[in-house]
Amino acid sequence: MSQLIQLAADGQASIVADTWTRIVPPAAGEESVRKQAGKVVLFKLTGEQTYTAEQIANTEIPATGKILVPLTIWQARKAELQSRLAAGELGIILATNETAEALQAEFTDLNTLPLIAVFVERFADGRIFTLGNWLRTRFGFKNELRAIGDVLRDQLFFHKRAGFNSFLIRADRSAEDALASLNDFSQPYQGGVADVPVWRRVNRA
Amino acid sequence: MYKYDPIDQQIVNERVAQYRDQTRRYLAGELTDEEYRPLRLQNGLYIQRHAPMLRIAVPYGLISSKQLRKLGDIAKKYDRGYGHFSTRQNLQLNWPKLEDTPEILAELATVEMHAIQTSGNCIRNITTDQFAGIAPDEIIDPRAIAEIMRQWSTFHPEFALLPRKFKIAVSGTEKDRAIVQAHDIGLEFYKDVQGQMAIKVWVGGGLGRTPILGTVIREHLEWQHVLSYCEAVIRVYNIHGRRDNAYKARIKILVKALGIEEFKRQVEEEWAHLKDGPLTITQNELDRVAKYFEPMPYKTLPAHDAAFDAAVASNPAFAAWVKRCVQPHRVPGYRAVTLSLKPHGKAPGDITSEQMHVVADLADAYSFGELRSSHEQNLILADVQVSDLFAVWEKAREAGLATPNIGLLTDIICCPGGDFCSLANAKSIPIAEAIQMQFDNLDYLYEIGDLELNISGCMNACGHHHVGHIGILGVDKDGSEWYQVTVGGKQGNDASIGAVIGPSFSAEEMPGVVQRLIEVYVRERQDDERFIDTVRRLGVAPFKAHVYAEKETA
Ligand code: HEM
Ligand code: SF4
Repeated sequence: MSQLIQLAADGQASIVADTWTRIVPPAAGEESVRKQAGKVVLFKLTGEQTYTAEQIANTEIPATGKILVPLTIWQARKAELQSRLAAGELGIILATNETAEALQAEFTDLNTLPLIAVFVERFADGRIFTLGNWLRTRFGFKNELRAIGDVLRDQLFFHKRAGFNSFLIRADRSAEDALASLNDFSQPYQGGVADVPVWRRVNRA
Repeated sequence: MYKYDPIDQQIVNERVAQYRDQTRRYLAGELTDEEYRPLRLQNGLYIQRHAPMLRIAVPYGLISSKQLRKLGDIAKKYDRGYGHFSTRQNLQLNWPKLEDTPEILAELATVEMHAIQTSGNCIRNITTDQFAGIAPDEIIDPRAIAEIMRQWSTFHPEFALLPRKFKIAVSGTEKDRAIVQAHDIGLEFYKDVQGQMAIKVWVGGGLGRTPILGTVIREHLEWQHVLSYCEAVIRVYNIHGRRDNAYKARIKILVKALGIEEFKRQVEEEWAHLKDGPLTITQNELDRVAKYFEPMPYKTLPAHDAAFDAAVASNPAFAAWVKRCVQPHRVPGYRAVTLSLKPHGKAPGDITSEQMHVVADLADAYSFGELRSSHEQNLILADVQVSDLFAVWEKAREAGLATPNIGLLTDIICCPGGDFCSLANAKSIPIAEAIQMQFDNLDYLYEIGDLELNISGCMNACGHHHVGHIGILGVDKDGSEWYQVTVGGKQGNDASIGAVIGPSFSAEEMPGVVQRLIEVYVRERQDDERFIDTVRRLGVAPFKAHVYAEKETA
């Protein structure tokens, strides 16, 4: 069973097969576990490095098919990936500690990418919502915007309103169950990426 | 006050359904503790020392008699028959069962109430002056904008999981009573040179572990842009606020790290994209909401009432209450009444179900059926006729709600502390009770005059100890409970953070320590100087000297 929920243009949600292969760098060594006062630090700060040079160099990329590649890997290895981009087989993963500006710097027109995924390592990391919003409203991205990583049903409604139109539900959870949460609220107060505040939407007088 | 339309009601109902299902999944083991945590917190549910604690929202401190009765009934049915008004104007239940919380929220929804975003890393309940709309020194009634902001912040899709909690306070008076400088965003409303409603925006204030007063980020903001401007501020914070260390995650730390100039530059850059967009509040929407906050249908009354004047003259107990618990009103012949939730020897802010019913009845009979809660943890009847004050006093007194100590030493702000809170270093309620008993002499209290004493059980500062004229903080020394004392803190326009007087004290020493601080004040004060003025004039030294001198000879 696929874990991928996709919204059609009319907003209809369905579970669809995932045709993209996500490229994941090999794990870094033990020394990369950061600690502070004895506690493991769970969130990377904005602007912090996502993968080491060694991880990037050692990442295997299949020669064919649609690939979803972390931004840092694209930045370091774009020469070998250029043809994939031209063929419409390249999507980019932006981590929540990376910036939309860094992505924009790589692609003058973001819409040459059929897919951008934002990777959220921990569901409680709300930067994903601002990134989604920015990509849609500031950078004019019109193609598929996907939430990946620690993506759980109780945040889906927010993801949707922040501009995401596909959601890869974490592997141990049911995508089927998650569908229901996309409709938690029928008439939200504030605007979202695709709508205006309620007082502009309906006549409340 | 604001009344729900079908859209508001539907949102709250859908929230109950959502939370019910989340709680069901948690109890069924489908959600881990970590996953359920932000969900329950954003519905006001903490897991505490003895039981969960449920924090129910009282938006900007306004509550109707019907709602208060419901709270009383809920406290009786699902808790131990009492609730606790918090320093953020909300009501907390200390002993509900987790399994019951969906049902409690469903009951609240029937009276247009909820617990949405009363906790968690999101935009919290917006607070304001308890005298909004009636205060003689009010320039602008900020409640309509506060309600518009409440709606905007409710389930805000972008700000649902911020680095840390986010608190906004609004105030439209000359004398700030909402501590706007101690909030993540403080909005101070005023009339600009054109006579238009405008806002001075403060950012980066907060108490807690690192107490910092806010900085002005914008002197003049047109009210139409308040949502877009706040959105710009919070967006910069959402991206750049620290998430690696919970103690450094508040916006105040980011503002300090970047410097106000750089922070402001980023906000303005962001705002340039948002300004004049759909977030711009329309006159239509302001008018729609503002009509719920129009002045009450007041009668035309004489400024004086002979029977009232006679009662004050002949009845010292009534006169004392009038002096401390009755506040001015902008309409002639009306007053605001503060019902003290600080009887000596009881937990500050606590109120029983029966008292809630009494207060609701008083509101219906004498104050247009509405009430306010204050961040000093008292309840206010905002619109009482002078001729009714005596009757209100008699009924309030019978219910134990007329301790004439508002603004005095025993009107203590106090967090739940070690009796309830699992984060506490030390108990705070017993300290408050012991101090109240030490000063259980009204004549002496009046003699001491205006004094704010605030107690927190740990550095999270729920009891606002930093801004108490006397602040008491529970600290942990080798596993036992100690108390650190500060003097010179203050809320208001000239807010300040108190200075520590020296090494900490044991619980038994605390009433005596406060006593000695007062002795220095009584000895040193000039004319009608208040305690805080004397501290500001003399500094900490004489207080320190007297407190510790006694300690050595003792
Ligand atoms: C019993 C359960 C409670 C728990 C676990 C709790 C926990 C906390 C924590 C962890 C903070 C610090 C947050 C930070 O610095 O970012 C905090 C702050 C605060 N709490 Fe509580 N609290 C509790 C009850 C209360 C009550 C009953 C009140 C009101 C009387 C209250 C009012 C506040 C206020 C006003 C602050 C803000 C201080 C600031 O501006 O930083 N809390 N609380
Ligand atoms: S100040 Fe500390 S002890 Fe008091 S309620 Fe807040 S977290 Fe608990």
